[in-house]
Amino acid sequence: MLTRLLSGDTPRSGLLTALLLIVLISLAFAPFLFPGTRSLETAARICIFIVLVASYDLLLGYAGIVSFAHTMFFGIGAYGTALALSTTGPGYGSLIWGTAAGAVVAAVFALAIGLFSLRVKAIFFAMVTLAVASAFAVFVSQMSWLTGGEDGLNYKIPRELTPAFKLIDEKILGVRINGKLLAYYLVFFVSAILFLVMLRIVNSPFGRTLKAVRDNAFRAEAIGYRVVWYRTTATILSAVMAALAGSLLAIWLRYTGPATTLSMEIMIDILLMVVIGGMGTLYGAVLGATLFILAQTYLQTLMGVAADASSAVPLFSTLVAPERWLLWLGVLFILSVYFFPSGIVGRLRAGRA
Amino acid sequence: MMAEALLTLSGVHTHIGPYHILQGVDLVVPEGGVTVLLGRNGAGKTTTLRTIMGLWNASKGDIRFDDHLITRLATPEISRRGIALVPEDMGIFTDLTVAENMILAAASGPLDAKRLEWIKELFPPIGTFWNSSAGTLSGGQKQMLSVARAIIEPRRLILIDEPTKGLAPAIIKAMTDALRELKETDTTILLVEQNFAMASGIGDTVAVMDDGRIIHSGSMKELAGDAALQEKLMGLSLEAHQ
Amino acid sequence: MSNTAVKPRIEKIPLKEKLFQKLPVFLVPVLALTGLAAIGNPSSWLTLTVAGLAMGMMIFIMASGLTVVFGLMDVINFGHGAFVAVGAFVGFTVLAWLAGWTASPSVMLNLAAVLIAILAAMLITGLLGLAFERVIVMPVYGEHLKQILVTMGGLIVAQQMIYVVWGPDELHISRPQALQGSFVIGEAAIEKYRLVAVAIGLALFLAMRHILKKTKIGLLVRAGVENGEMVEALGYRIRRLFLIVFMTGSALAGLGGVMWGLYQETITAHMGSEIMVLVFIVVIIGGLGSVEGCFIGAMLVGLLANYTAFLAPKVALISTIALMVVILMWRPQGLYPVVKAK
Repeated sequence: MLTRLLSGDTPRSGLLTALLLIVLISLAFAPFLFPGTRSLETAARICIFIVLVASYDLLLGYAGIVSFAHTMFFGIGAYGTALALSTTGPGYGSLIWGTAAGAVVAAVFALAIGLFSLRVKAIFFAMVTLAVASAFAVFVSQMSWLTGGEDGLNYKIPRELTPAFKLIDEKILGVRINGKLLAYYLVFFVSAILFLVMLRIVNSPFGRTLKAVRDNAFRAEAIGYRVVWYRTTATILSAVMAALAGSLLAIWLRYTGPATTLSMEIMIDILLMVVIGGMGTLYGAVLGATLFILAQTYLQTLMGVAADASSAVPLFSTLVAPERWLLWLGVLFILSVYFFPSGIVGRLRAGRA
Repeated sequence: MMAEALLTLSGVHTHIGPYHILQGVDLVVPEGGVTVLLGRNGAGKTTTLRTIMGLWNASKGDIRFDDHLITRLATPEISRRGIALVPEDMGIFTDLTVAENMILAAASGPLDAKRLEWIKELFPPIGTFWNSSAGTLSGGQKQMLSVARAIIEPRRLILIDEPTKGLAPAIIKAMTDALRELKETDTTILLVEQNFAMASGIGDTVAVMDDGRIIHSGSMKELAGDAALQEKLMGLSLEAHQ
Repeated sequence: MSNTAVKPRIEKIPLKEKLFQKLPVFLVPVLALTGLAAIGNPSSWLTLTVAGLAMGMMIFIMASGLTVVFGLMDVINFGHGAFVAVGAFVGFTVLAWLAGWTASPSVMLNLAAVLIAILAAMLITGLLGLAFERVIVMPVYGEHLKQILVTMGGLIVAQQMIYVVWGPDELHISRPQALQGSFVIGEAAIEKYRLVAVAIGLALFLAMRHILKKTKIGLLVRAGVENGEMVEALGYRIRRLFLIVFMTGSALAGLGGVMWGLYQETITAHMGSEIMVLVFIVVIIGGLGSVEGCFIGAMLVGLLANYTAFLAPKVALISTIALMVVILMWRPQGLYPVVKAK
């Protein structure tokens, strides 16, 4: 039953299973285990990024395609939901059609880019997506009459999902059962479902063919697979998943702006999460996203302490300053690509007795 | 008649990706004259030449050239020791002119005018199309250019991979004549050839490959005169005239 | 053997090929004339055209190295933008040291200061290129996916190092006296600096063409683009050639960085990755690996960006994407596809 739910793709490592269970349980009971606004924000962010990173892995790890347009799709989903909510009011209807519209637009964009540039070379696709995504980000921030420009959009979501809504009056385990909690569980369950769907996709015949195409496009073509079709389909699936993750973010934050969805920084973060977690294993996305966001939220505080403690050593203190944590991640990233391209998950699986 | 060995391969294995192509090649190329490497398609002839040149690395075994071990040397170092390659695809720089191809081939300095004259006599199109783009040459002319590049500097050993493949008989004859003349100079040639008529006309010694190994080696005279032996060695005579 | 046995078939192909070669060249004047028609006012048009050409030349300087590196080594360096930024920061630092020279009314001192800044920037970015090639790129030759990832990683690290060395704030600097102000031709104002940029870009293009066509190292680069194995078989150490070309490309990015910085008079650690978008568009339009294509692509992008910035400022960047799409529909590999043996 459980194996079927995981589409037969079990973690295949005791330690990995344990880590994944810890993540799952922590996220499932986050509001009760780690009370407080900041930790709930972190938990929701982790859920959303697991979907986002896994959808990127679908492309990078399984299809062997490097795209820099993933935040564009993420943003399209977020803006779809945000625009629907802000123009047609905070009902479930607008929430649903906005999300659907975002996913459809993302799919169309992905189709166009895929057909256009996947024929040539991996490098070509990477360059085209980088250019298109950057232009899109600039375009969105300039269409301020529609998108709110750099400031983004603030909007209302259905009342049942806001802190103002109280489900029951008393607290359970010291936690207030309000709309925010409902919103968290909406994010959690939708993320879990999307993740399982992706797990199903990569373990389907389609997913296996995708890997064959990745490993040897030439041979796959010779056997008769239509390589461009497979790659384009993967791009579309990945884009739709990213758009849905974007919609979740839009609902959770009740705000959508270029900095939270479209920026190159987020794109880089996604890349780091996939590679450090492990390319070509969706579980890598879980670990990558969780570790990265925890580090982003809490490690920086730690580095701040280190920087203060070492303030007597000028250059060293600048190097460990919390703002410089990307420096170390970048180094870790390069080392990962060289020495353990299968990331943390690959390490854990290789190490199993 | 056996001269000293110029090139010796002993127990050479080469892997290309997952494929084990050369499975212990033992080959001796005597100094002077033409050694012909025969064998059906896929026997490993091209791989042998590329392994000697260092374009693919031998995973096992030794390659000795002029009593020095060259197995682990990089391609440019092997070239500088006096080995030249005329690859199967000719390796012409089509974006460059014939002249520029020749200039690059003279790696150690400016073009030697006297030698160039000699080459232009061997291969008149080199002179005729001197300033034309090499990409516009015909297949035969490209083949001539490829051989010309290999001999613009004095070399001790030239590896030539199927110089007559797909060429018209008139050009094959020109090529054979040129190789014969080259033989008169101090150059050793290791020639991969499917065309047995041409090979037997020019070769002094012969080695036959199959499945990544040398299955026969000896003098060309002996093989050319022994139809039964040819038959036994993968029906060479059948392929002789394609 | 006689000549007649081998029929020369030289005549036919070049005609068709010549047309293929020449056609893209006409795109630049066509775009310029379309711009004139759309803008209407000749003096605004002249100002914009010079601005567009200047921008195009600066992008060309940054993009040329990238495209040659790709052609020869089959490597696209996503960290190329880091060299642009580092070049700008080094250049600005030197100009700040030479503040006395740049503020002086003497044109000679002004130009000397800029020249020293440029040389310092090129030296540092060239050396950085050396380190980058040896440490980051060399282990992943031939593996595109890893190349994209590690060079991106290199970009992240380099950008962060800029913060460590120069601090998190943007830098401002004014252009030296001699490079400020404009010439006025009729009603059109043409900034002096833009003319300088056009002159430097043009000189660089001609120099590159000369090197690629007339020198042995240029021939080697072109031969290596087509068939690196054969270059090695002829006895040349292609790895050394790679390194020289990579360092040159990096130094050119540094030069472009200083020039772009002086153009904007403000630089940030992220300027490299921002301008890389335009650089990539130019390289794609030109055909990956082609210097001529890159030059034409850069001018097209520069002109179009300036015209649309005047006509419809919000779509300036989108218009260059549209240009890329149109060009790729016409020639899917860019204006001048580069021939590869394998």
